[in-house]
Amino acid sequence: MNILYILWLRQIKKYLRSKARIIGSLGQPLLFLVALGFGLGPVYEKAGGGNYLEFLVPGIVAMSIIFTAIFSGIEIIWDKQFGFLKETLVAPVSRLKIMLGRTLGGATVATVQGLIVFALSFLLGFRLPNWWLFPLALLFMILIALLFTAMGTALASVLNDMQGFQLIINFLIMPLFFLSGALFPLDNLPTAISIATRVDPLTYGVDGLRGVLIGASHFGMTLDLLILTLITGLFIVIGSYLFTKIEI
Amino acid sequence: MIEVINLSKKFKDFTAVDNISFSVKKGEIFAFLGPNGAGKSTTIKMLTTLLKPTTGKIVINGVDPTKEQDLARHSFGIVFQDPSLDDELTVSENMEFHGVLYGLAKKARREKIEELLKFVELWERRKDLVKTFSGGMKRRLEIARGLMHEPEIIFLDEPTIGLDPQTRNHMWNYLRNLNKEKQITVFFTTHYMEEAEKMADRVAVIDQGKIIASGTPEELKQQTGKASLEEAFLDLTGKVIRDEEIDSTEIMRQHRRMWGGKR
Repeated sequence: MNILYILWLRQIKKYLRSKARIIGSLGQPLLFLVALGFGLGPVYEKAGGGNYLEFLVPGIVAMSIIFTAIFSGIEIIWDKQFGFLKETLVAPVSRLKIMLGRTLGGATVATVQGLIVFALSFLLGFRLPNWWLFPLALLFMILIALLFTAMGTALASVLNDMQGFQLIINFLIMPLFFLSGALFPLDNLPTAISIATRVDPLTYGVDGLRGVLIGASHFGMTLDLLILTLITGLFIVIGSYLFTKIEI
Repeated sequence: MIEVINLSKKFKDFTAVDNISFSVKKGEIFAFLGPNGAGKSTTIKMLTTLLKPTTGKIVINGVDPTKEQDLARHSFGIVFQDPSLDDELTVSENMEFHGVLYGLAKKARREKIEELLKFVELWERRKDLVKTFSGGMKRRLEIARGLMHEPEIIFLDEPTIGLDPQTRNHMWNYLRNLNKEKQITVFFTTHYMEEAEKMADRVAVIDQGKIIASGTPEELKQQTGKASLEEAFLDLTGKVIRDEEIDSTEIMRQHRRMWGGKR
Protein backbone atom coordinates (compact mmCIF):
# COMPACT_ATOMS: atom_id res chain seq x y z
CA MET A 1 0.00 0.00 0.00
CA ASN A 2 2.86 2.28 0.96
CA ILE A 3 4.50 1.55 -2.33
CA LEU A 4 1.43 2.26 -4.43
CA TYR A 5 1.01 5.48 -2.48
CA ILE A 6 4.54 6.74 -3.01
CA LEU A 7 4.43 5.92 -6.72
CA TRP A 8 1.11 7.74 -6.97
CA LEU A 9 2.36 10.67 -4.91
CA ARG A 10 5.37 11.10 -7.14
CA GLN A 11 3.17 11.57 -10.23
CA ILE A 12 0.98 14.07 -8.40
CA LYS A 13 3.94 16.09 -7.15
CA LYS A 14 5.49 16.20 -10.58
CA TYR A 15 2.20 17.33 -12.06
CA LEU A 16 1.67 20.10 -9.54
CA ARG A 17 5.21 21.33 -10.07
CA SER A 18 4.95 21.69 -13.83
CA LYS A 19 2.65 24.68 -13.95
CA ALA A 20 3.71 25.47 -17.48
CA ARG A 21 2.63 22.03 -18.62
CA ILE A 22 -0.75 22.31 -16.89
CA ILE A 23 -1.51 25.63 -18.48
CA GLY A 24 -0.04 24.61 -21.84
CA SER A 25 -2.18 21.52 -22.06
CA LEU A 26 -5.35 23.54 -21.46
CA GLY A 27 -4.78 25.54 -24.63
CA GLN A 28 -5.92 22.90 -27.06
CA PRO A 29 -9.19 21.91 -25.38
CA LEU A 30 -10.10 25.53 -24.82
CA LEU A 31 -9.43 26.34 -28.46
CA PHE A 32 -11.62 23.43 -29.53
CA LEU A 33 -14.43 24.58 -27.26
CA VAL A 34 -14.28 28.18 -28.37
CA ALA A 35 -13.61 27.70 -32.08
CA LEU A 36 -15.84 24.71 -32.69
CA GLY A 37 -18.41 25.46 -30.02
CA PHE A 38 -19.08 28.98 -31.18
CA GLY A 39 -17.99 28.47 -34.80
CA LEU A 40 -20.17 25.48 -35.63
CA GLY A 41 -22.83 26.36 -33.07
CA PRO A 42 -25.14 28.28 -35.41
CA VAL A 43 -25.04 25.59 -38.14
CA TYR A 44 -25.68 22.85 -35.61
CA GLU A 45 -28.62 24.70 -34.19
CA LYS A 46 -30.09 25.36 -37.62
CA ALA A 47 -29.85 21.64 -38.36
CA GLY A 48 -31.98 21.05 -35.30
CA GLY A 49 -29.19 19.64 -33.13
CA GLY A 50 -29.61 22.07 -30.26
CA ASN A 51 -26.79 23.72 -28.38
CA TYR A 52 -23.48 22.55 -29.89
CA LEU A 53 -21.27 23.88 -27.08
CA GLU A 54 -23.25 21.80 -24.63
CA PHE A 55 -22.89 18.79 -26.90
CA LEU A 56 -19.17 19.39 -27.27
CA VAL A 57 -18.18 19.77 -23.59
CA PRO A 58 -18.24 16.04 -22.70
CA GLY A 59 -16.22 15.28 -25.84
CA ILE A 60 -13.56 17.87 -25.07
CA VAL A 61 -13.35 16.83 -21.43
CA ALA A 62 -12.74 13.29 -22.67
CA MET A 63 -10.15 14.61 -25.12
CA SER A 64 -8.06 16.30 -22.48
CA ILE A 65 -8.21 13.15 -20.38
CA ILE A 66 -7.12 10.80 -23.14
CA PHE A 67 -4.21 13.03 -24.22
CA THR A 68 -2.88 13.44 -20.71
CA ALA A 69 -3.43 9.76 -19.92
CA ILE A 70 -1.67 8.33 -22.97
CA PHE A 71 1.24 10.73 -22.59
CA SER A 72 1.77 9.84 -18.98
CA GLY A 73 1.83 6.17 -19.95
CA ILE A 74 4.23 6.81 -22.79
CA GLU A 75 6.62 8.69 -20.53
CA ILE A 76 7.83 5.26 -19.50
CA ILE A 77 9.81 5.03 -22.75
CA TRP A 78 11.94 7.88 -21.56
CA ASP A 79 11.95 6.64 -18.00
CA LYS A 80 13.34 3.29 -19.06
CA GLN A 81 16.72 4.85 -19.73
CA PHE A 82 16.74 8.10 -17.83
CA GLY A 83 14.51 7.97 -14.98
CA PHE A 84 13.13 6.43 -12.02
CA LEU A 85 11.95 3.38 -13.85
CA LYS A 86 15.38 1.78 -13.79
CA GLU A 87 15.74 2.57 -10.13
CA THR A 88 12.32 1.07 -9.42
CA LEU A 89 13.00 -2.04 -11.50
CA VAL A 90 16.00 -3.06 -9.38
CA ALA A 91 14.09 -2.40 -6.15
CA PRO A 92 12.60 -5.34 -4.28
CA VAL A 93 9.10 -4.51 -5.46
CA SER A 94 6.93 -6.45 -7.89
CA ARG A 95 6.53 -5.04 -11.38
CA LEU A 96 2.78 -5.26 -11.00
CA LYS A 97 2.85 -2.82 -8.10
CA ILE A 98 5.05 -0.42 -10.02
CA MET A 99 2.73 -0.53 -13.00
CA LEU A 100 -0.38 -0.08 -10.85
CA GLY A 101 1.09 2.78 -8.84
CA ARG A 102 2.15 4.59 -11.97
CA THR A 103 -1.15 4.00 -13.68
CA LEU A 104 -3.12 5.26 -10.70
CA GLY A 105 -0.94 8.37 -10.56
CA GLY A 106 -1.19 9.02 -14.30
CA ALA A 107 -4.95 8.44 -14.25
CA THR A 108 -5.40 10.83 -11.33
CA VAL A 109 -3.51 13.54 -13.17
CA ALA A 110 -5.55 12.94 -16.33
CA THR A 111 -8.79 13.10 -14.37
CA VAL A 112 -7.78 16.36 -12.74
CA GLN A 113 -6.93 17.74 -16.15
CA GLY A 114 -10.41 16.73 -17.34
CA LEU A 115 -11.98 18.40 -14.31
CA ILE A 116 -10.15 21.64 -15.02
CA VAL A 117 -11.46 21.68 -18.59
CA PHE A 118 -14.91 20.86 -17.26
CA ALA A 119 -14.70 23.80 -14.84
CA LEU A 120 -13.50 26.11 -17.60
CA SER A 121 -16.46 25.20 -19.77
CA PHE A 122 -18.65 26.96 -17.21
CA LEU A 123 -16.91 30.18 -18.17
CA LEU A 124 -18.10 29.62 -21.73
CA GLY A 125 -21.66 29.23 -20.59
CA PHE A 126 -21.97 25.49 -19.96
CA ARG A 127 -24.37 24.54 -17.16
CA LEU A 128 -24.88 21.18 -15.48
CA PRO A 129 -28.61 20.46 -15.24
CA ASN A 130 -28.29 18.08 -12.34
CA TRP A 131 -25.41 18.16 -9.83
CA TRP A 132 -26.52 14.88 -8.27
CA LEU A 133 -25.14 13.14 -11.29
CA PHE A 134 -21.70 14.66 -10.90
CA PRO A 135 -20.19 11.61 -9.09
CA LEU A 136 -21.26 9.46 -12.02
CA ALA A 137 -19.56 11.86 -14.42
CA LEU A 138 -16.44 11.60 -12.28
CA LEU A 139 -16.62 7.82 -12.48
CA PHE A 140 -16.70 7.98 -16.28
CA MET A 141 -13.74 10.36 -16.27
CA ILE A 142 -11.73 8.07 -14.00
CA LEU A 143 -12.46 5.05 -16.18
CA ILE A 144 -11.40 6.89 -19.34
CA ALA A 145 -8.24 8.03 -17.57
CA LEU A 146 -7.39 4.52 -16.33
CA LEU A 147 -8.07 2.92 -19.68
CA PHE A 148 -5.79 5.20 -21.65
CA THR A 149 -3.01 5.41 -19.08
CA ALA A 150 -2.89 1.62 -19.19
CA MET A 151 -2.90 1.75 -23.00
CA GLY A 152 0.02 4.20 -22.94
CA THR A 153 1.88 1.93 -20.53
CA ALA A 154 1.32 -1.08 -22.77
CA LEU A 155 2.68 0.84 -25.77
CA ALA A 156 5.66 2.20 -23.89
CA SER A 157 6.53 -1.27 -22.67
CA VAL A 158 7.05 -2.55 -26.20
CA LEU A 159 8.66 0.56 -27.72
CA ASN A 160 12.31 1.35 -27.12
CA ASP A 161 12.71 4.92 -28.26
CA MET A 162 10.74 8.02 -29.01
CA GLN A 163 10.82 7.38 -32.78
CA GLY A 164 7.37 5.86 -32.70
CA PHE A 165 5.96 8.81 -30.86
CA GLN A 166 4.70 10.74 -33.88
CA LEU A 167 3.17 7.53 -35.14
CA ILE A 168 1.25 7.10 -31.93
CA ILE A 169 -0.10 10.63 -32.01
CA ASN A 170 -1.22 10.50 -35.63
CA PHE A 171 -2.33 6.91 -35.93
CA LEU A 172 -3.65 6.25 -32.46
CA ILE A 173 -4.56 9.25 -30.35
CA MET A 174 -5.99 11.37 -33.14
CA PRO A 175 -8.18 8.61 -34.65
CA LEU A 176 -9.31 7.54 -31.18
CA PHE A 177 -10.39 11.08 -30.48
CA PHE A 178 -11.92 12.02 -33.83
CA LEU A 179 -13.79 8.75 -34.26
CA SER A 180 -15.20 8.75 -30.74
CA GLY A 181 -18.16 10.96 -31.47
CA ALA A 182 -16.59 13.66 -29.34
CA LEU A 183 -17.32 16.19 -32.07
CA PHE A 184 -20.39 14.78 -33.84
CA PRO A 185 -23.56 12.86 -32.98
CA LEU A 186 -23.49 9.11 -33.59
CA ASP A 187 -26.86 9.03 -35.41
CA ASN A 188 -27.20 8.41 -39.15
CA LEU A 189 -23.51 7.90 -39.83
CA PRO A 190 -22.19 6.15 -42.96
CA THR A 191 -21.70 2.45 -42.18
CA ALA A 192 -17.89 2.52 -42.21
CA ILE A 193 -17.70 5.44 -39.79
CA SER A 194 -20.39 3.91 -37.66
CA ILE A 195 -18.38 0.70 -37.32
CA ALA A 196 -15.21 2.66 -36.56
CA THR A 197 -16.93 4.58 -33.78
CA ARG A 198 -18.22 1.36 -32.25
CA VAL A 199 -14.74 -0.15 -32.20
CA ASP A 200 -13.23 2.94 -30.59
CA PRO A 201 -13.34 2.45 -26.80
CA LEU A 202 -13.36 6.20 -26.22
CA THR A 203 -16.80 6.34 -27.87
CA TYR A 204 -18.36 4.70 -24.83
CA GLY A 205 -16.56 7.07 -22.50
CA VAL A 206 -17.71 10.13 -24.40
CA ASP A 207 -21.22 8.77 -24.80
CA GLY A 208 -21.53 7.92 -21.13
CA LEU A 209 -20.18 11.28 -20.10
CA ARG A 210 -22.61 12.95 -22.44
CA GLY A 211 -25.44 10.94 -20.97
CA VAL A 212 -24.56 12.13 -17.49
CA LEU A 213 -23.72 15.73 -18.28
CA ILE A 214 -26.41 16.69 -20.79
CA GLY A 215 -28.78 13.73 -20.63
CA ALA A 216 -28.24 12.60 -24.21
CA SER A 217 -26.66 9.19 -24.60
CA HIS A 218 -26.65 7.11 -27.78
CA PHE A 219 -26.06 3.66 -26.32
CA GLY A 220 -27.47 4.27 -22.85
CA MET A 221 -25.33 4.89 -19.82
CA THR A 222 -25.54 1.35 -18.42
CA LEU A 223 -24.16 -0.17 -21.59
CA ASP A 224 -21.49 2.54 -21.78
CA LEU A 225 -20.42 1.89 -18.24
CA LEU A 226 -20.35 -1.85 -18.74
CA ILE A 227 -18.29 -1.77 -21.93
CA LEU A 228 -15.93 0.90 -20.61
CA THR A 229 -15.30 -1.01 -17.39
CA LEU A 230 -14.58 -4.22 -19.27
CA ILE A 231 -12.17 -2.59 -21.70
CA THR A 232 -10.44 -0.70 -18.90
CA GLY A 233 -9.96 -3.95 -16.99
CA LEU A 234 -8.63 -5.61 -20.13
CA PHE A 235 -6.10 -2.87 -20.80
CA ILE A 236 -4.87 -2.85 -17.22
CA VAL A 237 -4.23 -6.58 -17.58
CA ILE A 238 -2.48 -6.13 -20.96
CA GLY A 239 -0.48 -3.16 -19.69
CA SER A 240 0.60 -5.02 -16.56
CA TYR A 241 1.57 -8.08 -18.54
CA LEU A 242 3.68 -6.14 -21.04
CA PHE A 243 5.18 -4.02 -18.28
CA THR A 244 6.41 -7.10 -16.42
CA LYS A 245 8.07 -8.24 -19.65
CA ILE A 246 10.17 -5.08 -20.05
CA GLU A 247 13.86 -5.81 -20.49
CA ILE A 248 16.22 -2.91 -20.37
CA MET B 1 30.17 -12.18 -2.35
CA ILE B 2 29.66 -12.40 -6.11
CA GLU B 3 30.09 -15.73 -7.87
CA VAL B 4 29.61 -16.04 -11.62
CA ILE B 5 29.87 -19.42 -13.31
CA ASN B 6 29.74 -20.01 -17.07
CA LEU B 7 27.43 -17.06 -17.61
CA SER B 8 26.17 -16.30 -21.14
CA LYS B 9 23.67 -13.90 -22.64
CA LYS B 10 22.47 -14.18 -26.22
CA PHE B 11 20.33 -11.63 -28.02
CA LYS B 12 18.90 -13.43 -31.05
CA ASP B 13 22.05 -14.47 -32.93
CA PHE B 14 24.42 -12.13 -31.10
CA THR B 15 26.30 -13.34 -28.05
CA ALA B 16 26.90 -10.35 -25.77
CA VAL B 17 28.36 -12.33 -22.91
CA ASP B 18 30.07 -15.60 -23.73
CA ASN B 19 30.57 -18.15 -20.99
CA ILE B 20 32.29 -15.98 -18.37
CA SER B 21 33.25 -16.95 -14.83
CA PHE B 22 34.67 -14.83 -12.05
CA SER B 23 34.27 -14.18 -8.37
CA VAL B 24 34.50 -11.16 -6.11
CA LYS B 25 35.32 -11.51 -2.44
CA LYS B 26 33.62 -9.65 0.38
CA GLY B 27 35.10 -6.22 0.97
CA GLU B 28 36.92 -6.18 -2.33
CA ILE B 29 37.02 -3.29 -4.81
CA PHE B 30 36.63 -4.97 -8.16
CA ALA B 31 37.02 -3.27 -11.55
CA PHE B 32 35.33 -4.72 -14.59
CA LEU B 33 37.12 -3.40 -17.65
CA GLY B 34 36.59 -3.66 -21.37
CA PRO B 35 36.22 -1.68 -24.58
CA ASN B 36 32.83 -0.40 -25.75
CA GLY B 37 30.38 -3.17 -26.48
CA ALA B 38 32.47 -5.79 -24.71
CA GLY B 39 29.60 -6.94 -22.51
CA LYS B 40 30.18 -4.94 -19.33
CA SER B 41 26.74 -3.40 -19.03
CA THR B 42 25.00 -6.62 -20.04
CA THR B 43 26.85 -8.41 -17.26
CA ILE B 44 25.91 -5.77 -14.70
CA LYS B 45 22.29 -5.99 -15.83
CA MET B 46 22.31 -9.73 -15.28
CA LEU B 47 23.93 -9.36 -11.88
CA THR B 48 21.32 -6.80 -10.85
CA THR B 49 18.22 -8.73 -12.03
CA LEU B 50 17.45 -6.44 -14.97
CA LEU B 51 18.24 -9.15 -17.52
CA LYS B 52 17.85 -12.90 -17.35
CA PRO B 53 20.94 -14.91 -18.27
CA THR B 54 20.62 -17.28 -21.21
CA THR B 55 22.74 -19.88 -19.43
CA GLY B 56 25.03 -20.01 -16.43
CA LYS B 57 24.79 -19.35 -12.74
CA ILE B 58 25.05 -16.26 -10.56
CA VAL B 59 25.27 -16.15 -6.78
CA ILE B 60 25.03 -12.78 -5.06
CA ASN B 61 25.46 -12.66 -1.32
CA GLY B 62 24.50 -16.31 -1.15
CA VAL B 63 21.35 -16.14 -3.28
CA ASP B 64 20.54 -16.75 -6.93
CA PRO B 65 19.15 -13.47 -8.30
CA THR B 66 17.14 -15.24 -11.00
CA LYS B 67 15.30 -17.26 -8.36
CA GLU B 68 15.19 -15.06 -5.28
CA GLN B 69 15.01 -11.69 -6.95
CA ASP B 70 13.90 -9.58 -4.04
CA LEU B 71 16.37 -11.10 -1.62
CA ALA B 72 19.19 -10.40 -4.07
CA ARG B 73 17.88 -6.89 -4.68
CA HIS B 74 18.07 -6.04 -0.99
CA SER B 75 21.73 -6.97 -0.94
CA PHE B 76 23.00 -4.55 -3.56
CA GLY B 77 22.85 -0.88 -4.41
CA ILE B 78 23.47 0.41 -7.92
CA VAL B 79 24.58 3.61 -9.61
CA PHE B 80 23.64 3.47 -13.26
CA GLN B 81 25.58 4.85 -16.18
CA ASP B 82 22.75 7.30 -16.87
CA PRO B 83 21.51 9.20 -13.86
CA SER B 84 18.26 7.68 -12.69
CA LEU B 85 17.16 10.39 -10.30
CA ASP B 86 13.89 12.18 -10.66
CA ASP B 87 14.80 15.72 -11.65
CA GLU B 88 11.43 17.12 -10.71
CA LEU B 89 11.71 15.91 -7.15
CA THR B 90 13.86 17.27 -4.35
CA VAL B 91 16.88 15.52 -2.88
CA SER B 92 14.91 14.36 0.17
CA GLU B 93 12.03 13.16 -1.95
CA ASN B 94 14.31 11.07 -4.12
CA MET B 95 15.78 9.49 -1.02
CA GLU B 96 12.39 9.04 0.60
CA PHE B 97 11.11 7.24 -2.48
CA HIS B 98 14.00 4.82 -2.41
CA GLY B 99 13.51 4.17 1.30
CA VAL B 100 9.85 3.31 0.82
CA LEU B 101 10.57 1.00 -2.11
CA TYR B 102 13.10 -0.88 0.01
CA GLY B 103 10.65 -1.16 2.88
CA LEU B 104 12.44 1.00 5.44
CA ALA B 105 10.28 2.17 8.33
CA LYS B 106 9.69 5.89 8.60
CA LYS B 107 12.05 6.53 11.49
CA ALA B 108 14.88 4.47 10.03
CA ARG B 109 14.31 6.22 6.72
CA ARG B 110 14.64 9.69 8.17
CA GLU B 111 17.78 8.80 10.12
CA LYS B 112 19.40 7.14 7.15
CA ILE B 113 18.58 10.06 4.86
CA GLU B 114 20.19 12.51 7.22
CA GLU B 115 23.25 10.35 7.81
CA LEU B 116 23.88 9.69 4.13
CA LEU B 117 23.16 13.19 2.87
CA LYS B 118 25.61 14.52 5.42
CA PHE B 119 28.08 11.90 4.29
CA VAL B 120 27.94 13.07 0.66
CA GLU B 121 27.68 16.71 1.77
CA LEU B 122 24.25 17.37 0.31
CA TRP B 123 22.32 17.78 3.55
CA GLU B 124 22.16 21.57 3.21
CA ARG B 125 20.67 21.14 -0.26
CA ARG B 126 18.06 18.56 0.71
CA LYS B 127 15.10 20.74 -0.20
CA ASP B 128 16.39 21.64 -3.65
CA LEU B 129 15.09 20.11 -6.84
CA VAL B 130 17.55 17.70 -8.38
CA LYS B 131 17.32 19.41 -11.76
CA THR B 132 19.34 22.33 -10.36
CA PHE B 133 22.30 20.00 -9.66
CA SER B 134 25.54 19.48 -11.55
CA GLY B 135 26.59 16.05 -12.78
CA GLY B 136 28.90 15.55 -9.84
CA MET B 137 26.25 16.40 -7.28
CA LYS B 138 23.83 14.01 -8.94
CA ARG B 139 26.41 11.24 -8.73
CA ARG B 140 26.93 11.89 -5.05
CA LEU B 141 23.21 11.79 -4.46
CA GLU B 142 22.92 8.54 -6.39
CA ILE B 143 25.65 6.98 -4.31
CA ALA B 144 23.90 8.11 -1.14
CA ARG B 145 20.64 6.70 -2.43
CA GLY B 146 22.22 3.40 -3.44
CA LEU B 147 23.57 2.98 0.09
CA MET B 148 20.35 3.74 1.90
CA HIS B 149 19.18 0.18 2.40
CA GLU B 150 22.64 -0.82 3.68
CA PRO B 151 23.61 -3.09 0.81
CA GLU B 152 26.52 -5.50 0.99
CA ILE B 153 27.55 -4.69 -2.56
CA ILE B 154 27.49 -1.51 -4.58
CA PHE B 155 27.55 -1.67 -8.39
CA LEU B 156 28.78 1.39 -10.25
CA ASP B 157 28.50 1.47 -14.04
CA GLU B 158 30.99 4.06 -15.28
CA PRO B 159 30.41 6.25 -12.23
CA THR B 160 33.02 8.87 -13.05
CA ILE B 161 32.17 9.46 -16.69
CA GLY B 162 31.93 13.18 -17.41
CA LEU B 163 33.13 14.23 -13.96
CA ASP B 164 36.05 16.58 -13.38
CA PRO B 165 39.12 15.28 -11.52
CA GLN B 166 38.10 17.06 -8.30
CA THR B 167 34.69 15.44 -8.18
CA ARG B 168 36.14 12.10 -9.20
CA ASN B 169 38.66 12.27 -6.41
CA HIS B 170 35.97 13.26 -3.93
CA MET B 171 33.73 10.42 -4.99
CA TRP B 172 36.43 7.82 -4.67
CA ASN B 173 37.28 9.06 -1.23
CA TYR B 174 33.71 8.33 -0.17
CA LEU B 175 33.74 4.93 -1.73
CA ARG B 176 37.07 4.00 -0.19
CA ASN B 177 35.89 5.12 3.21
CA LEU B 178 32.76 3.06 2.90
CA ASN B 179 34.68 0.09 1.71
CA LYS B 180 37.05 0.31 4.69
CA GLU B 181 34.52 1.16 7.39
CA LYS B 182 31.62 -1.03 6.41
CA GLN B 183 33.32 -3.69 4.33
CA ILE B 184 31.06 -2.90 1.40
CA THR B 185 32.05 -4.74 -1.76
CA VAL B 186 32.51 -2.35 -4.68
CA PHE B 187 32.01 -3.55 -8.25
CA PHE B 188 32.63 -0.92 -10.90
CA THR B 189 33.25 -0.43 -14.61
CA THR B 190 35.32 2.38 -16.05
CA HIS B 191 37.22 3.49 -19.10
CA TYR B 192 39.81 5.30 -17.00
CA MET B 193 42.62 2.82 -16.48
CA GLU B 194 44.50 4.96 -13.94
CA GLU B 195 41.36 4.88 -11.86
CA ALA B 196 41.16 1.10 -11.99
CA GLU B 197 44.86 0.80 -11.27
CA LYS B 198 44.64 3.08 -8.26
CA MET B 199 41.39 1.91 -6.72
CA ALA B 200 40.82 -1.72 -7.57
CA ASP B 201 42.09 -4.63 -5.56
CA ARG B 202 41.42 -6.85 -8.53
CA VAL B 203 40.34 -6.36 -12.13
CA ALA B 204 38.85 -8.48 -14.87
CA VAL B 205 39.14 -7.57 -18.55
CA ILE B 206 36.27 -8.54 -20.81
CA ASP B 207 36.41 -8.33 -24.59
CA GLN B 208 33.90 -9.57 -27.14
CA GLY B 209 31.92 -11.19 -24.39
CA LYS B 210 34.82 -13.22 -22.98
CA ILE B 211 37.01 -12.59 -19.96
CA ILE B 212 40.52 -12.47 -21.33
CA ALA B 213 42.44 -11.65 -18.18
CA SER B 214 41.93 -11.18 -14.47
CA GLY B 215 43.97 -10.58 -11.37
CA THR B 216 45.44 -7.68 -9.43
CA PRO B 217 46.59 -4.70 -11.51
CA GLU B 218 50.14 -5.76 -10.62
CA GLU B 219 49.59 -9.24 -11.98
CA LEU B 220 48.18 -7.96 -15.26
CA LYS B 221 51.15 -5.66 -15.72
CA GLN B 222 53.55 -8.52 -15.07
CA GLN B 223 51.63 -10.86 -17.31
CA THR B 224 51.88 -8.45 -20.24
CA GLY B 225 55.25 -6.96 -19.28
CA LYS B 226 53.91 -3.40 -19.39
CA ALA B 227 54.49 -0.50 -17.03
CA SER B 228 50.90 0.63 -16.57
CA LEU B 229 47.45 -0.92 -16.54
CA GLU B 230 46.49 1.20 -19.52
CA GLU B 231 49.27 -0.31 -21.62
CA ALA B 232 48.46 -3.76 -20.33
CA PHE B 233 44.81 -3.21 -21.26
CA LEU B 234 45.71 -2.12 -24.78
CA ASP B 235 48.03 -5.06 -25.10
CA LEU B 236 45.26 -7.43 -24.10
CA THR B 237 42.40 -5.98 -26.10
CA GLY B 238 44.32 -4.62 -29.11
CA LYS B 239 44.35 -1.09 -30.44
CA VAL B 240 41.50 -1.41 -32.88
CA ILE B 241 38.74 1.08 -32.15
CA ARG B 242 35.42 -0.68 -31.63
CA ASP B 243 32.50 0.40 -33.73
CA GLU B 244 29.59 -0.10 -31.47
CA GLU B 245 26.27 -0.25 -33.24
CA ILE B 246 24.28 2.78 -32.23
CA ASP B 247 21.23 1.63 -30.36
CA SER B 248 18.06 3.29 -29.20
CA THR B 249 19.61 4.18 -25.85
CA GLU B 250 22.39 6.07 -27.53
CA ILE B 251 19.90 7.91 -29.73
CA MET B 252 17.98 9.01 -26.65
CA ARG B 253 21.18 9.98 -24.90
CA GLN B 254 21.96 12.31 -27.79
CA HIS B 255 18.51 13.84 -27.56
CA ARG B 256 19.03 14.32 -23.91
CA ARG B 257 22.32 16.11 -24.42
CA MET B 258 20.70 18.32 -27.01
CA TRP B 259 17.79 19.28 -24.80
CA GLY B 260 19.83 19.52 -21.65
CA GLY B 261 17.93 16.78 -19.91
CA LYS B 262 14.52 18.21 -20.65
CA ARG B 263 11.97 17.03 -23.09
